[in-house]
Amino acid sequence: MNNVWELFLDSFPKILLPGLTMTIPLTVISFSIAMVIAVIAAMIVYVKVPVLTPLIRGYIWIFRGTPLLVQLFVVFYGLPRVGVLIAPFPAAVIVFSLNEGAYCAETVRAALEAVPTGQFEAGYCVGMSFLQTMRRIVLPQAMRTAFPPLSNSLISMVKDTSLAANITVTEMFMVTQRIVARTYEPLLLYVEVGLIYLIFSTALTFIQRAGEKRLSAYTARG
Amino acid sequence: MVLEVKNLTKSFHGQQVLKGIDLSVDAGDATVILGPSGAGKTTLLRCMNFLETADGGEITFDGRTRPIQEMTKKEIRAYRMNTAFVFQGFNLFLNKNALANVTEGLTVVRKTDKATAKRIGMEALARVGLADHADKYPHQLSGGQQQRVAIARALATDPEIIFFDEPTSALDPELTGEVLSVMRSLAADGMTMLIVTHEIEFARTVSNRIVFMEDGRVVEAGETKRIFTHPEKERTTAFLKLQETLSKEEEQP
Ligand SMILES: Nc1ncnc2c1ncn2[C@@H]1O[C@H](COP(=O)(O)OP(=O)(O)O)[C@@H](O)[C@H]1O
Ligand SMILES: [Mg+2]
Repeated sequence: MNNVWELFLDSFPKILLPGLTMTIPLTVISFSIAMVIAVIAAMIVYVKVPVLTPLIRGYIWIFRGTPLLVQLFVVFYGLPRVGVLIAPFPAAVIVFSLNEGAYCAETVRAALEAVPTGQFEAGYCVGMSFLQTMRRIVLPQAMRTAFPPLSNSLISMVKDTSLAANITVTEMFMVTQRIVARTYEPLLLYVEVGLIYLIFSTALTFIQRAGEKRLSAYTARG
Repeated sequence: MVLEVKNLTKSFHGQQVLKGIDLSVDAGDATVILGPSGAGKTTLLRCMNFLETADGGEITFDGRTRPIQEMTKKEIRAYRMNTAFVFQGFNLFLNKNALANVTEGLTVVRKTDKATAKRIGMEALARVGLADHADKYPHQLSGGQQQRVAIARALATDPEIIFFDEPTSALDPELTGEVLSVMRSLAADGMTMLIVTHEIEFARTVSNRIVFMEDGRVVEAGETKRIFTHPEKERTTAFLKLQETLSKEEEQP
Protein backbone atom coordinates (compact mmCIF):
# COMPACT_ATOMS: atom_id res chain seq x y z
CA MET A 1 0.00 0.00 0.00
CA ASN A 2 2.85 2.29 0.81
CA ASN A 3 4.25 1.70 -2.65
CA VAL A 4 0.98 2.67 -4.26
CA TRP A 5 0.83 5.94 -2.36
CA GLU A 6 4.40 6.70 -3.29
CA LEU A 7 3.68 6.00 -6.95
CA PHE A 8 0.67 8.29 -6.78
CA LEU A 9 2.69 11.14 -5.29
CA ASP A 10 5.56 10.50 -7.62
CA SER A 11 3.46 10.38 -10.79
CA PHE A 12 1.11 13.24 -9.90
CA PRO A 13 3.44 16.09 -10.93
CA LYS A 14 4.59 14.08 -13.95
CA ILE A 15 1.00 13.88 -15.23
CA LEU A 16 0.03 17.36 -14.12
CA LEU A 17 2.95 18.99 -15.92
CA PRO A 18 1.79 18.09 -19.46
CA GLY A 19 -1.66 19.11 -18.25
CA LEU A 20 -0.32 22.61 -17.70
CA THR A 21 1.96 22.72 -20.72
CA MET A 22 -0.19 20.82 -23.25
CA THR A 23 -3.80 20.19 -22.25
CA ILE A 24 -4.48 23.73 -21.09
CA PRO A 25 -2.74 25.52 -23.98
CA LEU A 26 -4.37 23.15 -26.47
CA THR A 27 -7.76 23.89 -24.95
CA VAL A 28 -7.28 27.63 -24.62
CA ILE A 29 -5.86 28.13 -28.11
CA SER A 30 -8.38 25.83 -29.81
CA PHE A 31 -11.34 27.22 -27.96
CA SER A 32 -10.34 30.81 -28.72
CA ILE A 33 -10.06 30.05 -32.42
CA ALA A 34 -13.32 28.08 -32.21
CA MET A 35 -15.10 31.12 -30.75
CA VAL A 36 -13.92 33.33 -33.60
CA ILE A 37 -15.07 30.72 -36.11
CA ALA A 38 -18.36 30.27 -34.27
CA VAL A 39 -19.26 33.97 -34.11
CA ILE A 40 -18.36 34.61 -37.75
CA ALA A 41 -20.10 31.44 -38.97
CA ALA A 42 -23.18 32.14 -36.84
CA MET A 43 -23.48 35.69 -38.16
CA ILE A 44 -23.13 34.53 -41.77
CA VAL A 45 -25.91 31.97 -41.33
CA TYR A 46 -28.03 34.42 -39.29
CA VAL A 47 -27.81 37.08 -42.01
CA LYS A 48 -28.12 34.38 -44.72
CA VAL A 49 -25.17 35.69 -46.73
CA PRO A 50 -25.51 34.12 -50.17
CA VAL A 51 -22.89 31.52 -51.21
CA LEU A 52 -21.21 31.58 -47.80
CA THR A 53 -24.27 30.30 -45.90
CA PRO A 54 -24.43 26.91 -47.67
CA LEU A 55 -20.65 26.58 -47.30
CA ILE A 56 -20.89 27.19 -43.57
CA ARG A 57 -23.80 24.78 -43.29
CA GLY A 58 -21.75 22.14 -45.09
CA TYR A 59 -18.83 22.71 -42.75
CA ILE A 60 -21.06 22.40 -39.67
CA TRP A 61 -22.72 19.31 -41.09
CA ILE A 62 -19.41 17.53 -41.68
CA PHE A 63 -17.74 18.41 -38.40
CA ARG A 64 -20.76 17.63 -36.28
CA GLY A 65 -21.56 14.44 -38.15
CA THR A 66 -18.21 12.68 -37.93
CA PRO A 67 -16.25 11.46 -34.89
CA LEU A 68 -13.60 13.76 -33.51
CA LEU A 69 -11.15 10.87 -33.47
CA VAL A 70 -11.69 10.27 -37.19
CA GLN A 71 -11.11 13.96 -37.87
CA LEU A 72 -7.84 13.83 -35.94
CA PHE A 73 -6.69 10.78 -37.90
CA VAL A 74 -7.63 12.28 -41.26
CA VAL A 75 -5.64 15.43 -40.59
CA PHE A 76 -2.63 13.85 -38.90
CA TYR A 77 -2.27 10.47 -40.63
CA GLY A 78 -4.32 11.09 -43.77
CA LEU A 79 -3.18 14.44 -45.11
CA PRO A 80 0.54 13.49 -45.37
CA ARG A 81 -0.63 11.13 -48.12
CA VAL A 82 -1.30 14.22 -50.25
CA GLY A 83 1.83 15.97 -49.06
CA VAL A 84 0.35 17.97 -46.21
CA LEU A 85 2.43 17.27 -43.13
CA ILE A 86 1.34 18.93 -39.94
CA ALA A 87 3.09 18.53 -36.58
CA PRO A 88 1.00 16.87 -33.83
CA PHE A 89 0.20 19.95 -31.76
CA PRO A 90 -0.87 22.22 -34.65
CA ALA A 91 -2.82 19.32 -36.15
CA ALA A 92 -4.68 18.94 -32.86
CA VAL A 93 -5.33 22.69 -32.69
CA ILE A 94 -6.73 22.69 -36.24
CA VAL A 95 -9.07 19.78 -35.60
CA PHE A 96 -10.26 20.89 -32.17
CA SER A 97 -10.85 24.46 -33.40
CA LEU A 98 -12.84 23.38 -36.43
CA ASN A 99 -14.80 20.75 -34.52
CA GLU A 100 -15.62 23.02 -31.59
CA GLY A 101 -16.27 25.93 -33.95
CA ALA A 102 -18.95 23.91 -35.72
CA TYR A 103 -20.76 23.07 -32.49
CA CYS A 104 -20.46 26.57 -31.04
CA ALA A 105 -21.59 28.18 -34.31
CA GLU A 106 -24.93 26.46 -33.86
CA THR A 107 -25.12 27.61 -30.25
CA VAL A 108 -24.35 31.21 -31.15
CA ARG A 109 -26.74 31.19 -34.12
CA ALA A 110 -29.60 29.93 -31.94
CA ALA A 111 -28.77 32.62 -29.37
CA LEU A 112 -28.75 35.31 -32.08
CA GLU A 113 -32.13 34.15 -33.28
CA ALA A 114 -33.47 34.37 -29.73
CA VAL A 115 -32.76 38.12 -29.59
CA PRO A 116 -36.01 39.94 -30.37
CA THR A 117 -36.01 41.72 -33.76
CA GLY A 118 -37.21 44.83 -31.95
CA GLN A 119 -33.64 45.24 -30.68
CA PHE A 120 -32.44 45.73 -34.27
CA GLU A 121 -35.32 48.05 -35.09
CA ALA A 122 -34.61 50.19 -32.05
CA GLY A 123 -30.96 50.38 -33.10
CA TYR A 124 -31.87 51.44 -36.63
CA CYS A 125 -34.26 54.05 -35.29
CA VAL A 126 -31.54 55.81 -33.29
CA GLY A 127 -29.46 55.80 -36.48
CA MET A 128 -27.22 52.82 -35.89
CA SER A 129 -26.10 50.64 -38.80
CA PHE A 130 -26.62 46.91 -38.94
CA LEU A 131 -23.06 46.24 -37.80
CA GLN A 132 -23.19 48.78 -34.99
CA THR A 133 -26.45 47.29 -33.70
CA MET A 134 -25.05 43.79 -34.06
CA ARG A 135 -21.85 44.56 -32.20
CA ARG A 136 -23.23 46.75 -29.42
CA ILE A 137 -26.74 45.41 -28.83
CA VAL A 138 -27.56 42.06 -30.40
CA LEU A 139 -24.31 40.10 -30.14
CA PRO A 140 -23.76 40.93 -26.43
CA GLN A 141 -27.28 39.72 -25.67
CA ALA A 142 -26.77 36.58 -27.73
CA MET A 143 -23.46 35.85 -26.02
CA ARG A 144 -25.18 36.19 -22.66
CA THR A 145 -27.71 33.57 -23.73
CA ALA A 146 -24.99 31.39 -25.24
CA PHE A 147 -22.66 31.62 -22.26
CA PRO A 148 -23.88 28.54 -20.32
CA PRO A 149 -23.93 26.18 -23.32
CA LEU A 150 -20.58 27.53 -24.53
CA SER A 151 -19.11 26.93 -21.09
CA ASN A 152 -20.35 23.38 -21.23
CA SER A 153 -18.69 22.95 -24.62
CA LEU A 154 -15.44 24.25 -23.17
CA ILE A 155 -15.60 21.76 -20.32
CA SER A 156 -16.25 18.90 -22.75
CA MET A 157 -13.34 20.07 -24.80
CA VAL A 158 -10.87 19.84 -21.92
CA LYS A 159 -11.78 16.18 -21.59
CA ASP A 160 -11.74 15.60 -25.35
CA THR A 161 -8.15 16.80 -25.60
CA SER A 162 -7.19 13.36 -24.25
CA LEU A 163 -7.94 12.09 -27.77
CA ALA A 164 -4.91 14.04 -28.98
CA ALA A 165 -2.79 11.26 -27.44
CA ASN A 166 -3.78 9.25 -30.51
CA ILE A 167 -1.90 11.61 -32.79
CA THR A 168 1.22 11.62 -30.57
CA VAL A 169 0.57 14.85 -28.72
CA THR A 170 2.26 14.31 -25.35
CA GLU A 171 -0.61 15.58 -23.28
CA MET A 172 -1.70 14.17 -19.89
CA PHE A 173 -3.25 10.97 -21.11
CA MET A 174 -0.30 10.02 -23.28
CA VAL A 175 2.08 10.62 -20.38
CA THR A 176 -0.14 8.49 -18.13
CA GLN A 177 -0.12 5.66 -20.63
CA ARG A 178 3.65 5.75 -20.67
CA ILE A 179 3.86 5.56 -16.86
CA VAL A 180 1.39 2.65 -16.89
CA ALA A 181 3.55 0.82 -19.39
CA ARG A 182 6.53 1.24 -17.05
CA THR A 183 4.89 0.58 -13.66
CA TYR A 184 1.97 -1.66 -14.61
CA GLU A 185 -0.46 0.14 -12.28
CA PRO A 186 -3.31 0.95 -14.70
CA LEU A 187 -6.06 1.28 -12.10
CA LEU A 188 -4.21 3.76 -9.94
CA LEU A 189 -2.82 5.84 -12.78
CA TYR A 190 -5.94 6.05 -14.91
CA VAL A 191 -7.98 7.04 -11.86
CA GLU A 192 -5.30 9.57 -11.08
CA VAL A 193 -5.39 11.19 -14.52
CA GLY A 194 -9.18 11.15 -14.31
CA LEU A 195 -8.88 13.02 -11.06
CA ILE A 196 -6.76 15.70 -12.67
CA TYR A 197 -9.30 16.13 -15.48
CA LEU A 198 -11.92 16.42 -12.75
CA ILE A 199 -9.95 19.18 -11.06
CA PHE A 200 -9.67 21.05 -14.38
CA SER A 201 -13.36 20.80 -15.20
CA THR A 202 -14.40 21.69 -11.66
CA ALA A 203 -12.24 24.80 -11.81
CA LEU A 204 -13.92 25.73 -15.09
CA THR A 205 -17.34 25.21 -13.56
CA PHE A 206 -16.46 27.73 -10.86
CA ILE A 207 -15.21 30.18 -13.46
CA GLN A 208 -18.45 29.63 -15.39
CA ARG A 209 -20.54 30.46 -12.32
CA ALA A 210 -18.56 33.61 -11.63
CA GLY A 211 -18.89 34.63 -15.27
CA GLU A 212 -22.63 34.08 -15.26
CA LYS A 213 -22.95 36.18 -12.16
CA ARG A 214 -21.11 39.05 -13.79
CA LEU A 215 -23.19 38.79 -16.94
CA SER A 216 -26.46 38.63 -15.07
CA ALA A 217 -26.53 42.37 -14.43
CA TYR A 218 -28.97 43.00 -17.24
CA THR A 219 -31.10 39.89 -17.08
CA ALA A 220 -33.91 39.03 -14.74
CA ARG A 221 -32.42 35.54 -14.48
CA GLY A 222 -29.64 34.48 -12.12
CA MET B 1 -44.03 71.28 -43.06
CA VAL B 2 -41.65 68.77 -41.50
CA LEU B 3 -42.65 65.60 -43.26
CA GLU B 4 -44.96 64.59 -46.04
CA VAL B 5 -45.72 61.33 -47.79
CA LYS B 6 -47.70 61.08 -51.00
CA ASN B 7 -49.44 58.08 -52.51
CA LEU B 8 -47.65 55.65 -50.21
CA THR B 9 -48.49 52.03 -51.00
CA LYS B 10 -47.53 48.74 -49.39
CA SER B 11 -48.58 45.13 -49.87
CA PHE B 12 -47.87 41.99 -47.89
CA HIS B 13 -48.09 38.77 -49.88
CA GLY B 14 -50.16 40.36 -52.63
CA GLN B 15 -52.56 41.91 -50.13
CA GLN B 16 -52.53 45.69 -50.33
CA VAL B 17 -52.35 47.09 -46.81
CA LEU B 18 -51.69 50.74 -47.68
CA LYS B 19 -53.62 51.93 -50.70
CA GLY B 20 -52.08 55.30 -51.45
CA ILE B 21 -51.66 57.30 -48.28
CA ASP B 22 -51.21 61.09 -48.35
CA LEU B 23 -50.18 62.61 -45.09
CA SER B 24 -48.28 65.68 -44.01
CA VAL B 25 -47.09 66.86 -40.63
CA ASP B 26 -46.32 70.49 -39.83
CA ALA B 27 -43.70 71.60 -37.36
CA GLY B 28 -45.08 71.59 -33.81
CA ASP B 29 -48.05 69.45 -34.79
CA ALA B 30 -49.23 66.64 -32.59
CA THR B 31 -51.03 64.52 -35.15
CA VAL B 32 -52.98 61.48 -34.00
CA ILE B 33 -53.77 58.63 -36.38
CA LEU B 34 -56.98 56.91 -35.40
CA GLY B 35 -58.53 53.85 -36.95
CA PRO B 36 -59.66 50.32 -36.30
CA SER B 37 -57.23 47.47 -35.81
CA GLY B 38 -55.86 46.26 -39.13
CA ALA B 39 -56.32 49.66 -40.80
CA GLY B 40 -52.59 49.81 -41.61
CA LYS B 41 -51.55 52.39 -39.01
CA THR B 42 -48.50 50.47 -37.79
CA THR B 43 -47.46 49.64 -41.34
CA LEU B 44 -47.73 53.31 -42.28
CA LEU B 45 -45.48 54.44 -39.41
CA ARG B 46 -43.00 51.65 -40.13
CA CYS B 47 -42.88 52.62 -43.81
CA MET B 48 -42.36 56.22 -42.82
CA ASN B 49 -39.27 55.22 -40.87
CA PHE B 50 -38.15 52.58 -43.40
CA LEU B 51 -38.57 49.67 -41.01
CA GLU B 52 -40.70 48.38 -43.87
CA THR B 53 -39.95 49.21 -47.48
CA ALA B 54 -42.97 50.79 -49.12
CA ASP B 55 -43.86 49.64 -52.62
CA GLY B 56 -44.28 53.16 -53.90
CA GLY B 57 -44.82 56.78 -52.99
CA GLU B 58 -42.89 59.93 -52.33
CA ILE B 59 -41.46 61.35 -49.17
CA THR B 60 -40.60 64.97 -48.47
CA PHE B 61 -38.28 65.73 -45.59
CA ASP B 62 -35.96 68.67 -45.00
CA GLY B 63 -37.33 70.28 -48.15
CA ARG B 64 -36.29 67.38 -50.38
CA THR B 65 -38.82 65.24 -52.19
CA ARG B 66 -37.72 61.73 -53.10
CA PRO B 67 -39.44 58.62 -54.41
CA ILE B 68 -39.43 56.32 -51.36
CA GLN B 69 -38.01 53.43 -53.33
CA GLU B 70 -35.01 55.42 -54.50
CA MET B 71 -33.84 56.33 -51.01
CA THR B 72 -30.33 54.97 -50.54
CA LYS B 73 -29.08 53.36 -47.34
CA LYS B 74 -27.12 56.50 -46.62
CA GLU B 75 -30.14 58.74 -47.10
CA ILE B 76 -32.22 56.48 -44.89
CA ARG B 77 -29.65 56.67 -42.13
CA ALA B 78 -29.45 60.44 -42.40
CA TYR B 79 -33.24 60.57 -42.27
CA ARG B 80 -33.35 58.31 -39.22
CA MET B 81 -30.84 60.51 -37.44
CA ASN B 82 -33.42 63.28 -37.60
CA THR B 83 -36.42 61.18 -36.60
CA ALA B 84 -37.23 58.93 -33.66
CA PHE B 85 -39.58 56.04 -33.03
CA VAL B 86 -41.38 54.92 -29.89
CA PHE B 87 -42.58 51.34 -30.12
CA GLN B 88 -45.62 49.66 -28.63
CA GLY B 89 -43.29 47.11 -26.99
CA PHE B 90 -40.70 49.74 -25.84
CA ASN B 91 -37.75 47.88 -27.41
CA LEU B 92 -35.26 49.24 -24.94
CA PHE B 93 -31.75 47.86 -25.40
CA LEU B 94 -31.92 45.03 -22.87
CA ASN B 95 -28.17 44.97 -22.23
CA LYS B 96 -27.97 48.69 -21.42
CA ASN B 97 -29.15 50.64 -18.42
CA ALA B 98 -31.59 53.52 -18.78
CA LEU B 99 -28.92 56.18 -19.27
CA ALA B 100 -26.98 54.07 -21.79
CA ASN B 101 -30.20 53.43 -23.69
CA VAL B 102 -30.64 57.16 -24.02
CA THR B 103 -27.03 58.00 -24.89
CA GLU B 104 -26.34 55.14 -27.32
CA GLY B 105 -27.60 57.12 -30.31
CA LEU B 106 -25.40 60.03 -29.30
CA THR B 107 -22.08 58.34 -28.56
CA VAL B 108 -22.22 55.64 -31.23
CA VAL B 109 -23.98 57.38 -34.09
CA ARG B 110 -23.30 61.06 -33.62
CA LYS B 111 -19.90 60.60 -31.94
CA THR B 112 -20.91 62.93 -29.12
CA ASP B 113 -18.26 62.90 -26.37
CA LYS B 114 -19.13 60.92 -23.25
CA ALA B 115 -19.56 63.86 -20.87
CA THR B 116 -21.85 65.78 -23.21
CA ALA B 117 -23.85 62.64 -23.99
CA LYS B 118 -24.27 61.98 -20.29
CA ARG B 119 -25.48 65.51 -19.67
CA ILE B 120 -27.99 65.33 -22.54
CA GLY B 121 -29.06 61.85 -21.44
CA MET B 122 -29.68 62.92 -17.86
CA GLU B 123 -31.66 65.93 -19.08
CA ALA B 124 -33.80 63.67 -21.24
CA LEU B 125 -34.38 61.27 -18.34
CA ALA B 126 -35.29 64.18 -16.10
CA ARG B 127 -37.78 65.35 -18.69
CA VAL B 128 -39.64 62.04 -18.42
CA GLY B 129 -39.27 62.02 -14.63
CA LEU B 130 -36.72 59.20 -14.42
CA ALA B 131 -33.46 60.90 -13.47
CA ASP B 132 -33.35 58.71 -10.35
CA HIS B 133 -33.49 55.53 -12.43
CA ALA B 134 -30.55 56.23 -14.74
CA ASP B 135 -28.58 53.14 -13.77
CA LYS B 136 -31.47 50.67 -13.82
CA TYR B 137 -31.71 48.00 -16.51
CA PRO B 138 -34.97 47.59 -18.45
CA HIS B 139 -36.01 44.49 -16.48
CA GLN B 140 -35.77 46.53 -13.28
CA LEU B 141 -38.29 49.09 -14.54
CA SER B 142 -42.08 48.92 -14.83
CA GLY B 143 -43.65 49.01 -18.29
CA GLY B 144 -44.58 52.64 -17.88
CA GLN B 145 -41.05 53.52 -16.81
CA GLN B 146 -39.59 51.58 -19.74
CA GLN B 147 -41.77 53.46 -22.17
CA ARG B 148 -40.71 56.76 -20.60
CA VAL B 149 -37.05 55.75 -21.02
CA ALA B 150 -37.90 54.98 -24.65
CA ILE B 151 -39.34 58.47 -24.99
CA ALA B 152 -36.20 59.93 -23.38
CA ARG B 153 -34.13 57.95 -25.89
CA ALA B 154 -36.21 59.48 -28.68
CA LEU B 155 -35.77 62.99 -27.27
CA ALA B 156 -32.01 62.74 -26.70
CA THR B 157 -31.12 62.95 -30.37
CA ASP B 158 -33.22 66.10 -30.80
CA PRO B 159 -35.30 64.74 -33.69
CA GLU B 160 -37.49 66.83 -35.97
CA ILE B 161 -40.34 64.37 -35.51
CA ILE B 162 -41.13 61.47 -33.18
CA PHE B 163 -43.31 58.57 -34.31
CA PHE B 164 -45.34 56.79 -31.63
CA ASP B 165 -46.97 53.44 -32.40
CA GLU B 166 -49.58 52.77 -29.74
CA PRO B 167 -47.19 53.72 -26.94
CA THR B 168 -49.61 52.73 -24.16
CA SER B 169 -51.25 49.63 -25.63
CA ALA B 170 -48.84 47.20 -23.98
CA LEU B 171 -49.30 48.80 -20.56
CA ASP B 172 -51.59 47.99 -17.67
CA PRO B 173 -54.33 50.65 -17.47
CA GLU B 174 -52.87 52.16 -14.31
CA LEU B 175 -49.56 52.82 -16.10
CA THR B 176 -50.87 54.53 -19.23
CA GLY B 177 -51.38 57.83 -17.43
CA GLU B 178 -47.71 58.45 -16.71
CA VAL B 179 -46.77 57.89 -20.36
CA LEU B 180 -49.60 60.00 -21.72
CA SER B 181 -48.75 62.85 -19.38
CA VAL B 182 -45.14 62.84 -20.61
CA MET B 183 -46.44 62.98 -24.18
CA ARG B 184 -48.82 65.76 -23.24
CA SER B 185 -45.92 67.80 -21.91
CA LEU B 186 -43.96 67.22 -25.11
CA ALA B 187 -46.91 68.45 -27.16
CA ALA B 188 -47.08 71.52 -24.94
CA ASP B 189 -43.37 72.11 -25.61
CA GLY B 190 -44.08 72.09 -29.34
CA MET B 191 -42.51 68.73 -30.20
CA THR B 192 -43.59 67.46 -33.61
CA MET B 193 -45.26 64.10 -33.12
CA LEU B 194 -47.12 61.56 -35.22
CA ILE B 195 -49.02 59.28 -32.86
CA VAL B 196 -51.01 56.12 -33.40
CA THR B 197 -53.22 55.57 -30.38
CA HIS B 198 -56.59 54.34 -29.24
CA GLU B 199 -56.65 56.79 -26.32
CA ILE B 200 -59.51 58.87 -27.61
CA GLU B 201 -59.49 61.38 -24.74
CA PHE B 202 -55.79 61.96 -25.26
CA ALA B 203 -56.39 62.48 -28.97
CA ARG B 204 -59.19 64.93 -28.30
CA THR B 205 -57.36 67.00 -25.71
CA VAL B 206 -53.73 66.86 -26.84
CA SER B 207 -53.56 66.57 -30.61
CA ASN B 208 -54.24 69.41 -32.98
CA ARG B 209 -54.72 67.19 -36.02
CA ILE B 210 -56.47 63.88 -36.54
CA VAL B 211 -56.00 61.45 -39.38
CA PHE B 212 -58.67 58.76 -39.51
CA MET B 213 -57.60 55.63 -41.35
CA GLU B 214 -59.50 52.56 -42.37
CA ASP B 215 -58.69 49.68 -44.68
CA GLY B 216 -55.40 51.11 -45.90
CA ARG B 217 -56.80 54.54 -46.73
CA VAL B 218 -57.07 57.92 -45.08
CA VAL B 219 -60.80 58.35 -44.68
CA GLU B 220 -60.65 61.83 -43.26
CA ALA B 221 -58.06 64.23 -41.89
CA GLY B 222 -58.31 67.60 -40.29
CA GLU B 223 -58.15 69.79 -37.25
CA THR B 224 -58.93 67.87 -34.07
CA LYS B 225 -61.77 70.08 -32.94
CA ARG B 226 -63.45 69.89 -36.32
CA ILE B 227 -63.12 66.10 -36.56
CA PHE B 228 -64.63 65.60 -33.12
CA THR B 229 -67.48 68.08 -33.58
CA HIS B 230 -68.30 67.86 -37.29
CA PRO B 231 -66.83 64.74 -38.84
CA GLU B 232 -67.57 64.71 -42.56
CA LYS B 233 -67.53 60.98 -43.13
CA GLU B 234 -70.00 58.55 -41.67
CA ARG B 235 -67.23 56.06 -40.90
CA THR B 236 -65.45 58.65 -38.77
CA THR B 237 -68.60 59.43 -36.82
CA ALA B 238 -69.25 55.75 -36.17
CA PHE B 239 -65.69 55.07 -35.10
CA LEU B 240 -65.55 58.03 -32.71
CA LYS B 241 -68.85 57.10 -31.18
CA LEU B 242 -67.71 53.54 -30.59
CA GLN B 243 -64.40 54.66 -29.11
CA GLU B 244 -66.08 57.13 -26.79
CA THR B 245 -68.47 54.48 -25.54
CA LEU B 246 -65.57 52.10 -24.98
CA SER B 247 -63.53 54.64 -23.04
CA LYS B 248 -66.53 55.59 -20.90
CA GLU B 249 -67.06 51.94 -20.06
CA GLU B 250 -63.46 51.76 -18.98
CA GLU B 251 -63.88 54.72 -16.65
CA GLN B 252 -67.01 53.37 -14.98
CA PRO B 253 -66.76 49.61 -14.72
N1 LIG C 1 -45.18 41.84 -41.61
C1 LIG C 1 -46.41 41.59 -42.09
N2 LIG C 1 -46.64 40.54 -42.90
C2 LIG C 1 -47.86 40.27 -43.38
N3 LIG C 1 -48.95 41.02 -43.13
C3 LIG C 1 -48.81 42.08 -42.32
C4 LIG C 1 -47.54 42.42 -41.75
N4 LIG C 1 -47.69 43.54 -41.01
C5 LIG C 1 -49.00 43.86 -41.09
N5 LIG C 1 -49.68 43.00 -41.88
C6 LIG C 1 -51.10 43.07 -42.22
O1 LIG C 1 -51.37 44.39 -42.66
C7 LIG C 1 -52.62 44.84 -42.18
C8 LIG C 1 -52.44 46.14 -41.43
O2 LIG C 1 -51.72 45.89 -40.24
P1 LIG C 1 -51.23 47.01 -39.26
O3 LIG C 1 -50.47 48.03 -40.03
O4 LIG C 1 -50.54 46.35 -38.15
O5 LIG C 1 -52.61 47.64 -38.80
P2 LIG C 1 -52.94 48.50 -37.51
O6 LIG C 1 -51.66 48.96 -36.91
O7 LIG C 1 -53.76 49.62 -38.03
O8 LIG C 1 -53.73 47.62 -36.59
C9 LIG C 1 -53.18 43.72 -41.32
O9 LIG C 1 -54.11 43.01 -42.09
C10 LIG C 1 -51.98 42.86 -41.01
O10 LIG C 1 -52.34 41.53 -40.86
MG1 LIG D 1 -50.83 48.66 -34.98
